[in-house]
Amino acid sequence: MLQKKISEYIIETLIKLSGLIVIGFVFLIFIFLLKDSLSLFGVYNISSFLFGTHWEPVSEPPKFGVIPLLVGSVYVTLIAILICVPIGVGTAMFIAEVAPPSIKHVLKASVEILASIPSVVLGFIGITWLGPFLKTTFYLPTGMCGLTGSLLLSFMALPTIISISEDAIVGVPKNYKEAAYGLGATRWQALWRIILPAASSGIIAAIMLGVGRVIGETMVVLMVTGNSPVIPASILQPLRTLTATVAGEMGETVSGSDHYFALFAVGLVLFIITFLVNFSAESFLRRARK
Amino acid sequence: MKHGCLIILALSLIIAGCKEIVDPNEPTGFLQIKGSDTMVNAVQMVSEEFMKKYPHVFVAVTGGGSGVGIASLINKTCNIAAASREMKPKEIEMANKRGVLPKEIVVAFDGVAVVVNSKNPIDRLTISDLHKIFTGEIKNWSELGGKTLSIVTLSREVSSGTYEYFKEEVVRLGDKKSKKEFSPQTLLLTSSQAIVEEVSNNESAIGYMGMGYTSNRTKALMVSKNSEYYPPDVENVQKRTYPLSRPLYFYTNGEPEGITKLFIDFTLSPKGQEQFKETGFVPLKTDATEKN
Repeated sequence: MLQKKISEYIIETLIKLSGLIVIGFVFLIFIFLLKDSLSLFGVYNISSFLFGTHWEPVSEPPKFGVIPLLVGSVYVTLIAILICVPIGVGTAMFIAEVAPPSIKHVLKASVEILASIPSVVLGFIGITWLGPFLKTTFYLPTGMCGLTGSLLLSFMALPTIISISEDAIVGVPKNYKEAAYGLGATRWQALWRIILPAASSGIIAAIMLGVGRVIGETMVVLMVTGNSPVIPASILQPLRTLTATVAGEMGETVSGSDHYFALFAVGLVLFIITFLVNFSAESFLRRARK
Repeated sequence: MKHGCLIILALSLIIAGCKEIVDPNEPTGFLQIKGSDTMVNAVQMVSEEFMKKYPHVFVAVTGGGSGVGIASLINKTCNIAAASREMKPKEIEMANKRGVLPKEIVVAFDGVAVVVNSKNPIDRLTISDLHKIFTGEIKNWSELGGKTLSIVTLSREVSSGTYEYFKEEVVRLGDKKSKKEFSPQTLLLTSSQAIVEEVSNNESAIGYMGMGYTSNRTKALMVSKNSEYYPPDVENVQKRTYPLSRPLYFYTNGEPEGITKLFIDFTLSPKGQEQFKETGFVPLKTDATEKN
Protein backbone atom coordinates (compact mmCIF):
# COMPACT_ATOMS: atom_id res chain seq x y z
CA MET A 1 0.00 0.00 0.00
CA LEU A 2 2.69 2.41 1.04
CA GLN A 3 4.81 1.42 -1.91
CA LYS A 4 1.90 2.14 -4.22
CA LYS A 5 1.45 5.56 -2.69
CA ILE A 6 5.11 6.41 -3.06
CA SER A 7 5.27 5.32 -6.67
CA GLU A 8 2.11 7.24 -7.41
CA TYR A 9 3.62 10.33 -5.82
CA ILE A 10 6.80 9.99 -7.86
CA ILE A 11 4.94 9.56 -11.11
CA GLU A 12 2.69 12.50 -10.33
CA THR A 13 5.66 14.73 -9.62
CA LEU A 14 7.40 13.64 -12.80
CA ILE A 15 4.36 14.45 -14.91
CA LYS A 16 3.97 17.79 -13.20
CA LEU A 17 7.65 18.50 -13.77
CA SER A 18 7.52 17.72 -17.49
CA GLY A 19 4.56 20.07 -17.82
CA LEU A 20 6.43 22.83 -16.04
CA ILE A 21 9.56 22.23 -18.13
CA VAL A 22 7.62 22.81 -21.36
CA ILE A 23 6.23 26.07 -20.04
CA GLY A 24 9.70 26.99 -18.88
CA PHE A 25 11.12 26.35 -22.35
CA VAL A 26 8.58 28.61 -24.03
CA PHE A 27 9.31 31.30 -21.53
CA LEU A 28 13.08 30.95 -21.95
CA ILE A 29 12.82 31.09 -25.73
CA PHE A 30 10.84 34.30 -25.41
CA ILE A 31 13.39 35.82 -23.04
CA PHE A 32 16.21 34.75 -25.35
CA LEU A 33 14.58 36.36 -28.40
CA LEU A 34 13.70 39.47 -26.45
CA LYS A 35 17.20 39.90 -25.08
CA ASP A 36 18.90 39.75 -28.48
CA SER A 37 16.22 41.88 -30.14
CA LEU A 38 16.63 44.57 -27.52
CA SER A 39 20.33 44.71 -28.40
CA LEU A 40 19.27 45.82 -31.89
CA PHE A 41 17.03 48.56 -30.58
CA GLY A 42 19.98 49.98 -28.68
CA VAL A 43 21.62 50.91 -31.98
CA TYR A 44 18.69 50.97 -34.37
CA ASN A 45 15.50 52.96 -33.94
CA ILE A 46 12.58 50.69 -33.02
CA SER A 47 10.07 52.64 -35.07
CA SER A 48 12.25 52.48 -38.19
CA PHE A 49 12.37 48.72 -37.62
CA LEU A 50 8.62 48.32 -37.17
CA PHE A 51 7.52 50.80 -39.83
CA GLY A 52 10.51 50.85 -42.19
CA THR A 53 9.69 49.82 -45.74
CA HIS A 54 13.21 48.83 -46.83
CA TRP A 55 15.05 45.66 -45.88
CA GLU A 56 18.67 46.16 -46.99
CA PRO A 57 20.72 44.42 -44.32
CA VAL A 58 24.14 44.46 -46.03
CA SER A 59 24.08 48.01 -47.39
CA GLU A 60 25.92 50.92 -45.86
CA PRO A 61 24.14 52.05 -43.70
CA PRO A 62 21.93 48.99 -43.30
CA LYS A 63 18.15 49.33 -43.34
CA PHE A 64 16.13 46.92 -41.23
CA GLY A 65 12.52 47.74 -42.13
CA VAL A 66 10.31 44.80 -41.31
CA ILE A 67 7.20 45.94 -43.20
CA PRO A 68 7.96 44.29 -46.59
CA LEU A 69 8.65 40.99 -44.84
CA LEU A 70 5.56 41.25 -42.68
CA VAL A 71 3.36 42.09 -45.65
CA GLY A 72 4.92 39.20 -47.57
CA SER A 73 4.16 36.75 -44.77
CA VAL A 74 0.61 38.01 -44.29
CA TYR A 75 -0.08 37.95 -48.03
CA VAL A 76 1.13 34.39 -48.52
CA THR A 77 -0.70 33.16 -45.42
CA LEU A 78 -3.97 34.85 -46.29
CA ILE A 79 -4.12 33.41 -49.79
CA ALA A 80 -3.02 29.97 -48.61
CA ILE A 81 -5.82 29.95 -46.02
CA LEU A 82 -8.39 31.17 -48.56
CA ILE A 83 -7.41 28.23 -50.76
CA CYS A 84 -7.21 25.50 -48.14
CA VAL A 85 -10.14 26.30 -45.82
CA PRO A 86 -12.96 25.43 -48.25
CA ILE A 87 -11.14 22.32 -49.42
CA GLY A 88 -10.12 21.29 -45.91
CA VAL A 89 -13.51 21.81 -44.24
CA GLY A 90 -15.27 20.21 -47.21
CA THR A 91 -13.04 17.15 -46.94
CA ALA A 92 -13.62 16.99 -43.19
CA MET A 93 -17.39 17.12 -43.70
CA PHE A 94 -17.18 14.39 -46.31
CA ILE A 95 -15.01 12.14 -44.14
CA ALA A 96 -17.09 12.66 -41.01
CA GLU A 97 -20.62 12.50 -42.35
CA VAL A 98 -20.94 11.42 -45.95
CA ALA A 99 -18.25 8.95 -46.95
CA PRO A 100 -18.88 5.20 -46.67
CA PRO A 101 -16.43 3.47 -44.28
CA SER A 102 -14.16 2.06 -46.99
CA ILE A 103 -13.56 5.45 -48.65
CA LYS A 104 -13.24 7.03 -45.22
CA HIS A 105 -10.27 4.84 -44.35
CA VAL A 106 -8.51 5.52 -47.63
CA LEU A 107 -9.09 9.27 -47.29
CA LYS A 108 -7.87 9.41 -43.71
CA ALA A 109 -4.74 7.49 -44.62
CA SER A 110 -4.00 9.74 -47.56
CA VAL A 111 -4.45 12.86 -45.45
CA GLU A 112 -1.86 11.44 -43.08
CA ILE A 113 0.50 10.77 -45.97
CA LEU A 114 -0.01 14.37 -47.12
CA ALA A 115 1.13 15.51 -43.69
CA SER A 116 4.31 13.49 -43.99
CA ILE A 117 5.59 15.00 -47.25
CA PRO A 118 8.80 16.89 -46.36
CA SER A 119 8.56 20.57 -47.18
CA VAL A 120 11.75 20.48 -49.27
CA VAL A 121 10.08 18.04 -51.61
CA LEU A 122 7.16 20.42 -52.04
CA GLY A 123 9.71 23.15 -52.71
CA PHE A 124 11.23 21.07 -55.51
CA ILE A 125 7.82 20.56 -57.05
CA GLY A 126 7.28 24.31 -56.80
CA ILE A 127 10.53 25.20 -58.56
CA THR A 128 10.44 22.64 -61.32
CA TRP A 129 6.75 22.28 -62.04
CA LEU A 130 4.25 24.57 -60.28
CA GLY A 131 6.21 27.81 -60.83
CA PRO A 132 6.68 27.33 -64.59
CA PHE A 133 3.05 26.17 -64.84
CA LEU A 134 1.70 29.32 -63.13
CA LYS A 135 4.03 31.45 -65.23
CA THR A 136 2.59 30.20 -68.51
CA THR A 137 -1.00 30.11 -67.21
CA PHE A 138 -1.11 33.69 -65.93
CA TYR A 139 1.46 35.13 -68.40
CA LEU A 140 3.69 36.15 -65.52
CA PRO A 141 7.24 37.39 -65.92
CA THR A 142 8.31 34.69 -63.45
CA GLY A 143 6.78 31.71 -61.67
CA MET A 144 8.66 32.53 -58.48
CA CYS A 145 5.87 34.46 -56.85
CA GLY A 146 3.64 34.57 -53.80
CA LEU A 147 0.93 32.42 -55.35
CA THR A 148 3.31 29.49 -55.89
CA GLY A 149 4.19 29.65 -52.21
CA SER A 150 0.53 30.02 -51.16
CA LEU A 151 -0.56 26.98 -53.14
CA LEU A 152 2.17 24.78 -51.69
CA LEU A 153 1.55 26.08 -48.18
CA SER A 154 -2.17 25.43 -48.45
CA PHE A 155 -1.18 21.86 -49.26
CA MET A 156 0.82 21.74 -46.05
CA ALA A 157 -1.95 23.19 -43.90
CA LEU A 158 -4.62 20.85 -45.28
CA PRO A 159 -3.87 17.85 -43.00
CA THR A 160 -4.07 20.01 -39.86
CA ILE A 161 -7.32 21.62 -40.92
CA ILE A 162 -8.90 18.36 -42.09
CA SER A 163 -8.14 16.27 -39.04
CA ILE A 164 -9.08 18.88 -36.42
CA SER A 165 -12.29 19.93 -38.22
CA GLU A 166 -13.21 16.27 -38.61
CA ASP A 167 -12.79 15.76 -34.87
CA ALA A 168 -14.99 18.77 -34.25
CA ILE A 169 -17.71 17.52 -36.59
CA VAL A 170 -17.66 14.00 -35.16
CA GLY A 171 -17.83 15.53 -31.68
CA VAL A 172 -21.22 17.15 -32.33
CA PRO A 173 -23.78 15.23 -30.19
CA LYS A 174 -25.75 12.62 -32.14
CA ASN A 175 -29.12 13.84 -30.96
CA TYR A 176 -28.67 17.17 -32.81
CA LYS A 177 -28.57 15.28 -36.07
CA GLU A 178 -31.39 12.95 -35.07
CA ALA A 179 -33.56 15.88 -34.07
CA ALA A 180 -32.90 17.55 -37.41
CA TYR A 181 -33.83 14.40 -39.32
CA GLY A 182 -36.90 14.06 -37.12
CA LEU A 183 -38.05 17.51 -38.22
CA GLY A 184 -37.73 16.39 -41.83
CA ALA A 185 -34.37 17.95 -42.69
CA THR A 186 -32.44 16.44 -45.58
CA ARG A 187 -28.92 15.19 -45.01
CA TRP A 188 -27.43 18.36 -46.55
CA GLN A 189 -29.67 20.62 -44.48
CA ALA A 190 -28.71 18.83 -41.29
CA LEU A 191 -25.03 19.01 -42.15
CA TRP A 192 -25.01 22.63 -43.28
CA ARG A 193 -27.50 24.20 -40.86
CA ILE A 194 -27.07 22.11 -37.73
CA ILE A 195 -23.81 20.21 -37.53
CA LEU A 196 -21.51 22.80 -39.07
CA PRO A 197 -22.64 25.67 -36.81
CA ALA A 198 -22.43 23.38 -33.79
CA ALA A 199 -18.85 22.46 -34.74
CA SER A 200 -17.87 26.01 -35.69
CA SER A 201 -15.57 26.74 -32.75
CA GLY A 202 -13.60 23.60 -33.44
CA ILE A 203 -13.40 24.44 -37.13
CA ILE A 204 -12.20 27.97 -36.40
CA ALA A 205 -9.57 26.52 -34.10
CA ALA A 206 -8.52 24.19 -36.92
CA ILE A 207 -8.19 27.16 -39.25
CA MET A 208 -6.14 29.10 -36.71
CA LEU A 209 -3.78 26.17 -36.23
CA GLY A 210 -3.52 25.99 -40.02
CA VAL A 211 -2.59 29.68 -40.06
CA GLY A 212 0.07 29.02 -37.44
CA ARG A 213 1.48 26.22 -39.55
CA VAL A 214 1.54 28.32 -42.72
CA ILE A 215 3.04 31.48 -41.26
CA GLY A 216 5.87 29.57 -39.62
CA GLU A 217 6.76 27.45 -42.64
CA THR A 218 10.18 28.29 -44.01
CA MET A 219 11.68 25.97 -46.58
CA VAL A 220 8.94 26.16 -49.18
CA VAL A 221 8.69 29.94 -49.19
CA LEU A 222 12.47 30.32 -49.23
CA MET A 223 12.64 28.11 -52.30
CA VAL A 224 9.72 29.33 -54.40
CA THR A 225 8.65 32.90 -53.62
CA GLY A 226 11.60 34.70 -55.20
CA ASN A 227 12.54 36.52 -51.97
CA SER A 228 12.52 40.10 -53.30
CA PRO A 229 12.22 42.38 -50.29
CA VAL A 230 9.57 44.62 -51.83
CA ILE A 231 6.06 45.32 -50.63
CA PRO A 232 4.13 43.21 -53.12
CA ALA A 233 1.28 44.87 -54.99
CA SER A 234 -0.30 41.51 -55.82
CA ILE A 235 0.09 37.86 -54.94
CA LEU A 236 1.42 37.24 -58.44
CA GLN A 237 4.62 39.13 -57.60
CA PRO A 238 7.74 37.84 -55.93
CA LEU A 239 7.85 38.52 -52.20
CA ARG A 240 9.91 37.74 -49.12
CA THR A 241 8.55 36.36 -45.87
CA LEU A 242 9.77 36.74 -42.28
CA THR A 243 10.79 33.09 -42.04
CA ALA A 244 12.66 33.05 -45.36
CA THR A 245 14.61 36.13 -44.26
CA VAL A 246 15.82 34.54 -41.06
CA ALA A 247 16.66 31.24 -42.77
CA GLY A 248 18.31 32.86 -45.76
CA GLU A 249 20.47 35.32 -43.86
CA MET A 250 21.24 33.73 -40.51
CA GLY A 251 24.23 31.74 -41.75
CA GLU A 252 26.22 34.72 -42.92
CA THR A 253 25.82 36.97 -39.93
CA VAL A 254 28.59 37.24 -37.42
CA SER A 255 27.12 36.63 -33.99
CA GLY A 256 26.89 39.94 -32.17
CA SER A 257 26.57 42.14 -35.28
CA ASP A 258 23.60 44.44 -35.90
CA HIS A 259 22.36 42.21 -38.70
CA TYR A 260 22.39 39.23 -36.32
CA PHE A 261 20.29 41.06 -33.76
CA ALA A 262 17.95 42.30 -36.51
CA LEU A 263 17.23 38.70 -37.46
CA PHE A 264 16.42 37.95 -33.83
CA ALA A 265 14.01 40.86 -33.86
CA VAL A 266 12.37 39.39 -36.97
CA GLY A 267 12.17 36.09 -35.09
CA LEU A 268 10.51 37.88 -32.19
CA VAL A 269 7.89 39.41 -34.48
CA LEU A 270 7.22 35.95 -35.88
CA PHE A 271 7.03 34.44 -32.41
CA ILE A 272 4.50 37.04 -31.27
CA ILE A 273 2.35 36.44 -34.35
CA THR A 274 2.32 32.65 -33.99
CA PHE A 275 1.75 33.00 -30.26
CA LEU A 276 -1.33 35.16 -30.82
CA VAL A 277 -2.65 32.85 -33.51
CA ASN A 278 -2.18 29.73 -31.42
CA PHE A 279 -3.58 31.44 -28.35
CA SER A 280 -6.78 32.36 -30.15
CA ALA A 281 -6.98 28.84 -31.60
CA GLU A 282 -6.70 27.47 -28.09
CA SER A 283 -9.45 29.72 -26.76
CA PHE A 284 -11.75 28.65 -29.61
CA LEU A 285 -10.98 25.01 -28.87
CA ARG A 286 -11.81 25.54 -25.23
CA ARG A 287 -15.12 27.10 -26.18
CA ALA A 288 -15.76 24.14 -28.50
CA ARG A 289 -15.29 21.69 -25.66
CA LYS A 290 -17.81 23.40 -23.42
CA MET B 1 18.14 -5.77 -15.97
CA LYS B 2 19.28 -8.47 -18.37
CA HIS B 3 18.32 -6.27 -21.28
CA GLY B 4 20.17 -3.34 -19.80
CA CYS B 5 23.37 -5.37 -19.63
CA LEU B 6 22.95 -6.47 -23.22
CA ILE B 7 22.44 -2.90 -24.42
CA ILE B 8 25.52 -1.71 -22.57
CA LEU B 9 27.52 -4.56 -24.04
CA ALA B 10 26.29 -3.77 -27.55
CA LEU B 11 27.04 -0.06 -27.13
CA SER B 12 30.54 -0.70 -25.89
CA LEU B 13 31.14 -2.99 -28.87
CA ILE B 14 29.94 -0.28 -31.24
CA ILE B 15 32.15 2.33 -29.64
CA ALA B 16 35.12 -0.02 -29.61
CA GLY B 17 34.47 -0.84 -33.27
CA CYS B 18 34.93 2.79 -34.21
CA LYS B 19 38.50 2.86 -33.02
CA GLU B 20 40.91 1.76 -35.64
CA ILE B 21 44.58 1.20 -35.31
CA VAL B 22 46.25 3.94 -37.29
CA ASP B 23 49.88 4.34 -38.20
CA PRO B 24 51.00 7.21 -35.91
CA ASN B 25 52.72 8.94 -38.84
CA GLU B 26 49.51 9.09 -40.86
CA PRO B 27 47.68 12.42 -40.67
CA THR B 28 44.33 12.09 -38.94
CA GLY B 29 41.61 14.49 -37.96
CA PHE B 30 38.57 16.38 -39.06
CA LEU B 31 38.47 19.39 -41.35
CA GLN B 32 35.46 21.64 -41.74
CA ILE B 33 35.32 23.77 -44.88
CA LYS B 34 32.46 26.21 -45.22
CA GLY B 35 31.49 28.95 -47.59
CA SER B 36 31.08 29.80 -51.23
CA ASP B 37 28.32 28.02 -53.12
CA THR B 38 30.17 28.83 -56.31
CA MET B 39 33.14 26.79 -55.14
CA VAL B 40 31.31 24.05 -53.26
CA ASN B 41 31.36 21.47 -56.06
CA ALA B 42 35.01 22.05 -56.87
CA VAL B 43 36.07 21.95 -53.21
CA GLN B 44 33.99 18.82 -52.71
CA MET B 45 35.88 17.13 -55.54
CA VAL B 46 39.23 18.26 -54.16
CA SER B 47 38.27 16.90 -50.74
CA GLU B 48 37.24 13.54 -52.20
CA GLU B 49 40.61 13.21 -53.92
CA PHE B 50 42.28 14.35 -50.72
CA MET B 51 40.48 11.71 -48.66
CA LYS B 52 41.55 9.06 -51.15
CA LYS B 53 45.15 10.03 -50.49
CA TYR B 54 44.79 10.53 -46.72
CA PRO B 55 42.01 8.14 -45.71
CA HIS B 56 42.18 9.05 -42.02
CA VAL B 57 41.42 12.72 -42.48
CA PHE B 58 37.75 13.44 -42.75
CA VAL B 59 36.83 16.57 -44.71
CA ALA B 60 33.33 18.07 -44.53
CA VAL B 61 32.42 20.64 -47.18
CA THR B 62 29.35 22.84 -46.79
CA GLY B 63 28.07 25.69 -48.93
CA GLY B 64 25.76 28.50 -47.92
CA GLY B 65 27.63 31.40 -49.45
CA SER B 66 30.95 33.16 -48.96
CA GLY B 67 29.42 35.26 -46.21
CA VAL B 68 28.50 32.08 -44.34
CA GLY B 69 32.07 30.80 -44.62
CA ILE B 70 33.62 34.06 -43.46
CA ALA B 71 31.14 34.40 -40.60
CA SER B 72 31.91 30.89 -39.40
CA LEU B 73 35.66 31.54 -39.66
CA ILE B 74 35.12 34.53 -37.39
CA ASN B 75 32.88 32.44 -35.12
CA LYS B 76 35.60 29.74 -35.17
CA THR B 77 33.28 27.03 -36.44
CA CYS B 78 35.29 26.07 -39.51
CA ASN B 79 38.94 25.45 -40.38
CA ILE B 80 38.86 26.88 -43.87
CA ALA B 81 36.44 29.44 -45.28
CA ALA B 82 35.95 29.24 -49.03
CA ALA B 83 35.11 32.62 -50.48
CA SER B 84 34.47 33.96 -53.94
CA ARG B 85 35.17 37.51 -52.75
CA GLU B 86 37.75 39.27 -50.63
CA MET B 87 37.05 39.78 -46.96
CA LYS B 88 35.74 43.25 -46.25
CA PRO B 89 37.77 45.53 -43.96
CA LYS B 90 34.86 45.46 -41.53
CA GLU B 91 34.94 41.67 -41.38
CA ILE B 92 38.70 41.62 -40.84
CA GLU B 93 38.28 44.10 -38.02
CA MET B 94 35.56 41.96 -36.48
CA ALA B 95 37.76 38.85 -36.83
CA ASN B 96 40.73 40.54 -35.18
CA LYS B 97 38.53 41.57 -32.29
CA ARG B 98 37.82 37.90 -31.66
CA GLY B 99 41.43 36.87 -32.00
CA VAL B 100 41.08 35.47 -35.50
CA LEU B 101 43.79 36.51 -37.96
CA PRO B 102 42.50 35.70 -41.44
CA LYS B 103 45.10 34.53 -43.95
CA GLU B 104 44.17 34.74 -47.60
CA ILE B 105 45.15 32.13 -50.21
CA VAL B 106 44.12 32.36 -53.87
CA VAL B 107 43.18 28.87 -55.04
CA ALA B 108 41.71 29.37 -58.54
CA PHE B 109 40.11 31.86 -60.88
CA ASP B 110 36.54 32.23 -61.97
CA GLY B 111 34.55 34.33 -64.41
CA VAL B 112 31.09 35.45 -63.34
CA ALA B 113 28.91 34.35 -66.24
CA VAL B 114 25.78 36.32 -67.11
CA VAL B 115 23.18 33.89 -68.38
CA VAL B 116 19.88 34.14 -70.24
CA ASN B 117 17.41 31.64 -71.65
CA SER B 118 18.59 29.91 -74.82
CA LYS B 119 15.56 31.31 -76.68
CA ASN B 120 16.65 34.88 -75.93
CA PRO B 121 18.09 36.36 -79.16
CA ILE B 122 20.55 38.57 -77.26
CA ASP B 123 24.04 37.08 -76.98
CA ARG B 124 26.21 40.03 -75.91
CA LEU B 125 25.90 42.99 -73.55
CA THR B 126 28.16 45.69 -72.17
CA ILE B 127 28.79 46.20 -68.47
CA SER B 128 26.79 49.40 -68.65
CA ASP B 129 23.82 47.53 -70.18
CA LEU B 130 24.04 45.04 -67.31
CA HIS B 131 24.22 47.90 -64.85
CA LYS B 132 21.03 49.38 -66.28
CA ILE B 133 19.28 46.01 -66.27
CA PHE B 134 20.13 45.12 -62.69
CA THR B 135 19.38 48.57 -61.27
CA GLY B 136 16.01 48.57 -63.03
CA GLU B 137 16.75 51.37 -65.53
CA ILE B 138 16.09 49.07 -68.45
CA LYS B 139 12.92 47.07 -67.87
CA ASN B 140 12.20 45.47 -71.23
CA TRP B 141 14.28 43.30 -73.53
CA SER B 142 13.04 45.35 -76.51
CA GLU B 143 15.16 48.29 -75.30
CA LEU B 144 18.21 46.15 -76.00
CA GLY B 145 16.96 44.88 -79.35
CA GLY B 146 15.35 41.71 -78.01
CA LYS B 147 11.76 40.52 -77.79
CA THR B 148 9.07 42.62 -76.13
CA LEU B 149 9.25 40.94 -72.74
CA SER B 150 9.77 42.55 -69.38
CA ILE B 151 13.10 41.63 -67.86
CA VAL B 152 13.20 39.43 -64.76
CA THR B 153 16.49 39.93 -62.93
CA LEU B 154 17.78 37.09 -60.79
CA SER B 155 20.36 37.43 -58.10
CA ARG B 156 21.83 35.30 -55.36
CA GLU B 157 21.00 35.84 -51.67
CA VAL B 158 22.94 38.50 -49.75
CA SER B 159 25.17 35.80 -48.19
CA SER B 160 26.68 35.04 -51.58
CA GLY B 161 30.16 36.26 -52.50
CA THR B 162 29.09 36.36 -56.12
CA TYR B 163 26.30 38.73 -55.07
CA GLU B 164 28.81 41.07 -53.42
CA TYR B 165 31.16 40.84 -56.39
CA PHE B 166 28.40 41.54 -58.88
CA LYS B 167 27.13 44.44 -56.79
CA GLU B 168 30.61 46.00 -56.69
CA GLU B 169 31.44 45.50 -60.34
CA VAL B 170 28.11 45.89 -62.11
CA VAL B 171 25.54 47.58 -59.89
CA ARG B 172 28.10 50.05 -58.52
CA LEU B 173 30.41 49.91 -61.56
CA GLY B 174 33.47 49.47 -59.35
CA ASP B 175 32.90 52.79 -57.61
CA LYS B 176 33.57 52.27 -53.91
CA LYS B 177 31.58 55.33 -52.91
CA SER B 178 28.49 54.38 -54.89
CA LYS B 179 25.37 53.58 -52.87
CA LYS B 180 23.52 51.90 -55.75
CA GLU B 181 21.56 48.74 -54.95
CA PHE B 182 20.03 45.96 -57.00
CA SER B 183 16.58 46.96 -58.18
CA PRO B 184 14.17 45.84 -55.43
CA GLN B 185 12.25 43.78 -57.99
CA THR B 186 15.25 41.48 -58.29
CA LEU B 187 14.55 37.92 -57.19
CA LEU B 188 16.99 36.65 -54.58
CA LEU B 189 17.50 32.93 -55.08
CA THR B 190 19.18 30.61 -52.63
CA SER B 191 21.61 28.84 -54.93
CA SER B 192 23.31 29.01 -58.30
CA GLN B 193 21.37 25.91 -59.26
CA ALA B 194 18.07 27.70 -58.58
CA ILE B 195 19.21 30.43 -60.98
CA VAL B 196 19.99 27.80 -63.62
CA GLU B 197 16.50 26.30 -63.15
CA GLU B 198 14.71 29.63 -63.44
CA VAL B 199 16.75 30.86 -66.43
CA SER B 200 16.26 27.61 -68.32
CA ASN B 201 12.50 27.82 -67.73
CA ASN B 202 11.97 31.52 -68.21
CA GLU B 203 12.55 33.37 -71.44
CA SER B 204 12.60 36.79 -69.82
CA ALA B 205 15.07 35.98 -67.03
CA ILE B 206 18.66 37.10 -66.68
CA GLY B 207 20.95 35.92 -63.90
CA TYR B 208 24.59 35.54 -62.96
CA MET B 209 26.75 32.85 -61.39
CA GLY B 210 30.22 31.33 -61.37
CA MET B 211 31.23 29.96 -64.77
CA GLY B 212 31.34 26.45 -63.26
CA TYR B 213 27.56 26.41 -63.39
CA THR B 214 27.19 27.24 -67.10
CA SER B 215 25.84 24.45 -69.27
CA ASN B 216 23.89 24.01 -72.46
CA ARG B 217 20.64 24.59 -70.53
CA THR B 218 21.38 28.30 -70.37
CA LYS B 219 23.16 30.78 -72.62
CA ALA B 220 26.19 32.62 -71.23
CA LEU B 221 26.45 36.13 -72.67
CA MET B 222 29.58 37.71 -74.08
CA VAL B 223 30.42 40.77 -72.02
CA SER B 224 32.42 43.87 -72.87
CA LYS B 225 33.74 46.64 -70.69
CA ASN B 226 35.16 48.99 -73.28
CA SER B 227 34.87 47.73 -76.82
CA GLU B 228 35.61 44.05 -77.40
CA TYR B 229 33.14 41.35 -76.32
CA TYR B 230 34.53 38.24 -74.65
CA PRO B 231 32.82 35.02 -73.59
CA PRO B 232 33.38 33.65 -70.06
CA ASP B 233 35.79 30.85 -70.89
CA VAL B 234 39.07 29.56 -69.48
CA GLU B 235 41.23 31.46 -71.94
CA ASN B 236 39.63 34.86 -71.42
CA VAL B 237 39.50 34.56 -67.66
CA GLN B 238 43.18 33.58 -67.61
CA LYS B 239 44.12 36.55 -69.77
CA ARG B 240 41.76 38.77 -67.71
CA THR B 241 40.12 39.95 -70.93
CA TYR B 242 36.70 38.79 -69.71
CA PRO B 243 35.64 41.79 -67.63
CA LEU B 244 34.01 39.85 -64.77
CA SER B 245 37.04 37.73 -63.85
CA ARG B 246 37.94 37.21 -60.21
CA PRO B 247 40.07 35.06 -57.96
CA LEU B 248 38.62 32.45 -55.61
CA TYR B 249 39.98 32.32 -52.08
CA PHE B 250 40.54 30.14 -49.07
CA TYR B 251 40.77 31.88 -45.71
CA THR B 252 42.32 30.30 -42.64
CA ASN B 253 42.83 31.51 -39.09
CA GLY B 254 46.53 32.44 -39.02
CA GLU B 255 49.15 30.56 -41.02
CA PRO B 256 47.69 27.18 -41.98
CA GLU B 257 49.28 24.27 -40.13
CA GLY B 258 48.75 20.56 -39.64
CA ILE B 259 46.03 18.99 -41.76
CA THR B 260 44.75 22.42 -42.78
CA LYS B 261 48.10 23.10 -44.42
CA LEU B 262 48.09 19.62 -45.90
CA PHE B 263 44.73 20.28 -47.50
CA ILE B 264 45.72 23.67 -48.88
CA ASP B 265 48.96 22.28 -50.31
CA PHE B 266 46.92 19.53 -51.92
CA THR B 267 44.48 22.09 -53.37
CA LEU B 268 47.35 24.02 -54.92
CA SER B 269 49.01 20.84 -56.26
CA PRO B 270 48.36 19.80 -59.88
CA LYS B 271 45.93 17.12 -58.70
CA GLY B 272 43.89 19.67 -56.73
CA GLN B 273 43.97 22.26 -59.50
CA GLU B 274 42.74 19.64 -61.95
CA GLN B 275 39.51 19.34 -59.93
CA PHE B 276 38.89 23.06 -60.32
CA LYS B 277 39.43 22.77 -64.05
CA GLU B 278 37.08 19.80 -64.27
CA THR B 279 34.27 21.65 -62.49
CA GLY B 280 34.56 24.53 -64.94
CA PHE B 281 36.91 26.93 -63.17
CA VAL B 282 40.29 28.24 -64.16
CA PRO B 283 43.38 26.81 -62.44
CA LEU B 284 46.09 29.12 -61.15
CA LYS B 285 48.73 28.18 -63.73
CA THR B 286 48.07 27.42 -67.36
CA ASP B 287 50.48 24.54 -67.54
CA ALA B 288 49.77 23.06 -64.11
CA THR B 289 47.08 20.71 -65.31
CA GLU B 290 48.38 20.09 -68.78
CA LYS B 291 51.43 18.24 -67.50
CA ASN B 292 49.26 15.44 -66.18
